[in-house]
Amino acid sequence: MAARTQGRRAQLQQAALYPVDWLEERSGLVGGLKYFLFRKVPGDINWMQTLGSATLTAFLVQAITGVVLAMYYQPHPDEAYASIQQITNDVTLGWLVRGMHRWGASVFIILMFLHMARVFLFGAYKYPRELNWIIGVLLLAMGLGEGFTGYLLPWDQTAYWATVVGININGTAPFLGPFIAQFLQGGAEIGEDTLSRFYSLHMLVLPGAIGGLIALHLYLVIRLGVSSPPWSPEAAGREREPEPSTNGGRAGLTRPGARGGGK
Amino acid sequence: MEPHGGEHKPHVPPPSLWPVGFAVGIVVLLLGLIVGWGIVVLGAVLAVGFGFLWIRDLAAGVDTSVPDIEPERREVGTPQAAPIPANVGEAGMPLPDGDEEERFPRSRFLEGATLGFGGVIGGMITLPVLGFTVLPAFVGQEKELVDVGALDDFPEGQWIITTFLQDPDVGEVSRRTAYVRHNGMLGDVPSVTIVSSRCAHLGCPVQPNGPVDDEATETQNTDQGEVTRIPTQPSGFGCPCHGGQYDTEGNRTAGPPVRALDRYEYRIRNDRLLLGDTYSVGGVDGEGKDAKISKYRLATPGVHIDGIEQILYPIPVPK
Repeated sequence: MAARTQGRRAQLQQAALYPVDWLEERSGLVGGLKYFLFRKVPGDINWMQTLGSATLTAFLVQAITGVVLAMYYQPHPDEAYASIQQITNDVTLGWLVRGMHRWGASVFIILMFLHMARVFLFGAYKYPRELNWIIGVLLLAMGLGEGFTGYLLPWDQTAYWATVVGININGTAPFLGPFIAQFLQGGAEIGEDTLSRFYSLHMLVLPGAIGGLIALHLYLVIRLGVSSPPWSPEAAGREREPEPSTNGGRAGLTRPGARGGGK
Repeated sequence: MEPHGGEHKPHVPPPSLWPVGFAVGIVVLLLGLIVGWGIVVLGAVLAVGFGFLWIRDLAAGVDTSVPDIEPERREVGTPQAAPIPANVGEAGMPLPDGDEEERFPRSRFLEGATLGFGGVIGGMITLPVLGFTVLPAFVGQEKELVDVGALDDFPEGQWIITTFLQDPDVGEVSRRTAYVRHNGMLGDVPSVTIVSSRCAHLGCPVQPNGPVDDEATETQNTDQGEVTRIPTQPSGFGCPCHGGQYDTEGNRTAGPPVRALDRYEYRIRNDRLLLGDTYSVGGVDGEGKDAKISKYRLATPGVHIDGIEQILYPIPVPK
């Protein structure tokens, strides 16, 4: 009887896992995900090293709330302000989604800076991770660009004049500044083209670029591994116990040898 | 499919007919929605029944035992089997004649063709898109003359805050403000000072430093939209954003602006005051109708138009 129950259970389990196995056999995605989630990290890392994941979470919150807001927002000078009022006051839970997007924007920027400070103070930007620092700086610039373009969209007095000032600051750049300003405002003066242009940049161009760069950023994190804190006995530049050379003798690099993370 | 010596089982369960039954059930159910509820129930029963059999089949057919396979072990650096030369074997290509040994390899040609055609196609798509992205901001930016009222609406020596629509088709967002003062006659032509409200620092709207007579606001609807005229007695103009200060001629007196306030060109036709293009001003000597204005082509706020710093902006934006 017990054996039969067990057999039933195993059969159920198999049925439940069947889609997972199906996917794994055809794509290797399940193994890849396991490799990503269960990869080895230095033993003495701490909470500071979670700031990158926190930043990623903040970006995902912005992306999801932004998609929802885009369902109600009207990027036209005559309707933009009214549609924001409608989102805030009329749409069910609209105030919450807009609030998450508005405050989440600041959280995203703050977390980016904290993450950057952690990497800088831990020396985690050094060889071989310089490229990831560069990608991170690009991400920071695009994140600030998101802030700049998103600030115009409520289309109130603050938004309008802050954008006027922001565009004209771009205009004072030597040589090509006036061209950049005119490109940003979509004409000789700020107007309806500026709003739709900023909307497109804010919800299509910049998030797409940020998504791609995040993928590169994460790829390099996985490839190069997480660095130890500076106080770690395993930090680069100090003596460490010799180890069978599975990582090509590159001290400080934690690099799983085989797929599935291990050995 | 032949079994591989009993070592491996086929990776997927053998094909089953239950999904077909399931699909038939769904079709009957959908037909039932048109025909009647009895058919719907029949289809649902069919779909559920065959669906159950299908799932049971799947559950029974999955083999999750891990096959005992010897892991592959290869030393790093073990030489791979040597590649078979192209001229060996049944389908081998004949060797070229002695003279032709340095023939251009076919793979090189294909590489070049792929890259070349890819580049051409990519360019054909990218160039128009790039043009469409950039050019509209730089062409067709001409302004039309805007009628802001009869010359008699601007008493001599009185500053009037004048707001108007730069482009009625665009609407309220193109509303601009100019400070207008009729200076009287210069010879036999009227002289008018028209200062733009756009701050020469970063483009915020400058405000008159002095009382504004809101009670005396005049509103006029023209075919170019609504024009308003409000009298004011300014001792100068000040910017609320970063504190730039100007005198009544628009010369900078304090704060961050790099030049004087922009001005409007104007025409007078049939005793109506028409505002034209804006131009930038390096500085103004004198006052009112005797003012000597150093006029420059319109520049972005914050951009130097005279002095040594103008070499930072050698290329003017074409109009």
